[in-house]
Amino acid sequence: MATLTRPGSPETGTELHRRTHPLRVDIARALPLTPAVVLLLVFLAGPILWCCYAAFTDTALTGAGSGATRFVGLDNFRQAFGSDAFRNSVVLTLVFTVLSAVVGQNLLGLALALLQKRAARVVRMLVGTAVIGAWVIPEVVAGYVWYAFLAKDGTLNEIIGTLGLGQNWLYTLPILAVSIANVWRGTAFSMLVYNAALSEIPQEIEEAAEMDGATGFSRLRYVTIPMIRRTVTTNLMLITLQTLSVFGLIYTMTKGGPGTKSQTLPLYMYEQAFSFSQLGYGTAIALVLLAVGAVFSVVYMRLLREEA
Amino acid sequence: MRRRSFLTAAGLGAGALFGTAACGGGGSSESSGSAATKVAYQQWGSGTIMKDYLTGVKTAYESANSGKTMELLPIVASENDYYTKLQLMMRSPRTSPDVVYEDTFLINSDITAGYLQPLDAQLEKWDEWSQFQDIAKGAAKAADGKTYGIPDGTDTRALWFNKDLFAKAGLPADWAPTSWDDLLAAARELKGKLPGVTPINVYAGKAAGEAASMQGFEMLFYGTGSTLYDPKADKWNVASPEFRDALTLLKTLYDEKLCPDPQIALDAQVGTRVQEEFLPGSTMAIALDGSWLSGTWLESGGAPWAEWNDVMGTAPMPTKTASGDGKISMSGGWTWAMTKNAANPDDAWKVMSTLTSFENNVKYNIASAAVAVRKDVAEDPQYTGSNPTLEFFSSLVPVTQYRPQNTDYPRVSNEIQVAMEAVVTGQASPSEAADSYDEAVKGIVGEDKTATL
Repeated sequence: MATLTRPGSPETGTELHRRTHPLRVDIARALPLTPAVVLLLVFLAGPILWCCYAAFTDTALTGAGSGATRFVGLDNFRQAFGSDAFRNSVVLTLVFTVLSAVVGQNLLGLALALLQKRAARVVRMLVGTAVIGAWVIPEVVAGYVWYAFLAKDGTLNEIIGTLGLGQNWLYTLPILAVSIANVWRGTAFSMLVYNAALSEIPQEIEEAAEMDGATGFSRLRYVTIPMIRRTVTTNLMLITLQTLSVFGLIYTMTKGGPGTKSQTLPLYMYEQAFSFSQLGYGTAIALVLLAVGAVFSVVYMRLLREEA
Repeated sequence: MRRRSFLTAAGLGAGALFGTAACGGGGSSESSGSAATKVAYQQWGSGTIMKDYLTGVKTAYESANSGKTMELLPIVASENDYYTKLQLMMRSPRTSPDVVYEDTFLINSDITAGYLQPLDAQLEKWDEWSQFQDIAKGAAKAADGKTYGIPDGTDTRALWFNKDLFAKAGLPADWAPTSWDDLLAAARELKGKLPGVTPINVYAGKAAGEAASMQGFEMLFYGTGSTLYDPKADKWNVASPEFRDALTLLKTLYDEKLCPDPQIALDAQVGTRVQEEFLPGSTMAIALDGSWLSGTWLESGGAPWAEWNDVMGTAPMPTKTASGDGKISMSGGWTWAMTKNAANPDDAWKVMSTLTSFENNVKYNIASAAVAVRKDVAEDPQYTGSNPTLEFFSSLVPVTQYRPQNTDYPRVSNEIQVAMEAVVTGQASPSEAADSYDEAVKGIVGEDKTATL
């Protein structure tokens, strides 16, 4: 996240043109952007606008709402906030996000980056490959790998079964199981971000801190963390938004079950929209999910502003 | 620059969220506008019964009608996803198939949605329509009194039991329980005498999906003489004591460990495991399940089991207190329907009537171990001799019940599964679970459409 410089940017030339024919030049400059803008409008803004519209209707895949779609105002939201299943999903989404992203991926990623900094080259390479390997494999494959590991007849139970600790982890601790899987899969991202940030810390500052007697945890606390604070905030924001919308991993591992014990908002939304055909209600939940993401973003932006 | 990278990040995140939300809009394959009649059906797993059957019909149809073609559109999806994909395709004239395979359980919803067109004009002129049993003709009849689909077979549900295990436990090979207590007594007997064997399976919970509602709950509930829905008054049954009775039986079965462990029962694989693992492996004695089960064990099925007919016996599911006929069954089935957007209704009709003609229907009913809905097929020696259990399952047709033919049923069915799951996991008592069900049903259909029946 360091400052980017574009060596070839023709700043002076632009200034000159702008003074002579401001409007015409701007249009000419915007012309090459048109295809991209049109694509964005059609494929990004289009679905978003449709989503906002549909959230206030009773549109459905089948049944009455499909034939004659009606505008129902805030009914979908009223129904959501009055529903136990929805509230359960919100709580689970928060637990999943805090546990697997804010705590798990973030701290583990930082720890790995710090350890890698002083590790031998070979160790660094091996660890890096392993962690990034988990990140590179497709979500569904990761989900299946963890299902095979944690299921009742899975690898973990084969290993610890002899100690009498065997249990179906996906049944007894579903939200923890999917959180751990998400940490496993997503840590590489945080690690890479922190690797980059840590390498930006000037050697002199670290040495100076050492001279002043700051070692181990206190150096981390008073020197390293403050130096990479912006990166921490950026990283938190990105992984939070990614984790809020995790669907494939949970769907593959537990389908949101048993019951609704791991049914986070994306899974609840999917069930309502596609299993029960309530597209309008499903999109209303999508908007709520968006609002949850926005709340997190605002909090992180606040943190950034306070430190600045 | 820093500020901007944040905005970009926020934008990216929002984009990802919307991506998830908006994934419903995708269309699929494009129609070429040719003269081919497009026939959509479900293709899932290794079974090829439908595919083989349709390929045969296609060849026959095309040689009998020169210049006409039939295009098969397999929709590769599990049951729930099949409905969703089909509905998405039918939404647009450009992607809509002409002839679709519709479950009777959802056809009413799709009729209300306006995806299908009535067939009354064609059926009136079709001399073979009189061969269909009246009860089957009603399967695809909508509230407007018009018929939207031609049924191609039905099914019934009953108890399958392992005669080897019964012999070991000292139970008769011609076992036929006459009440719930009778059933429980046999299960307890098996539990005591055969450790390691699961006495009975009754599907419960959301993972088993519609199987839990229909093979599980409704087979118990309709055995009390009550009903979920009264079509004449258009009222759903709430605060029903019989509903609580059925849940209580379920609680007894799971609490006494007469049914599989909830960890197995609440896994999405439970249906496959019962059919392919527990019953053939003699680790389960009784299964409350469908007439099609033997299809899995035939040579063409997913888990061939040569001795199945010697080992497995069948018995009707008893009513609660031997009241009524003393036995109960539930029926479903599928129909062929024509979409609203069918490019050429005449061709589509020709394809549909070929699909359900005597000759083709015999073939399909034999291959899928279905209960025939055509009288001439039901009497055909080739059909009756094809599977030893057909006679038994066909004999249940007079006592069978159908699910509510109402657009709200799929959502009510989900609430039944939620109630069952709460009971078998011990999260709620039967009356607490039934209370939540009552509230949920009122929320779905509106309080004015509920009553205690």
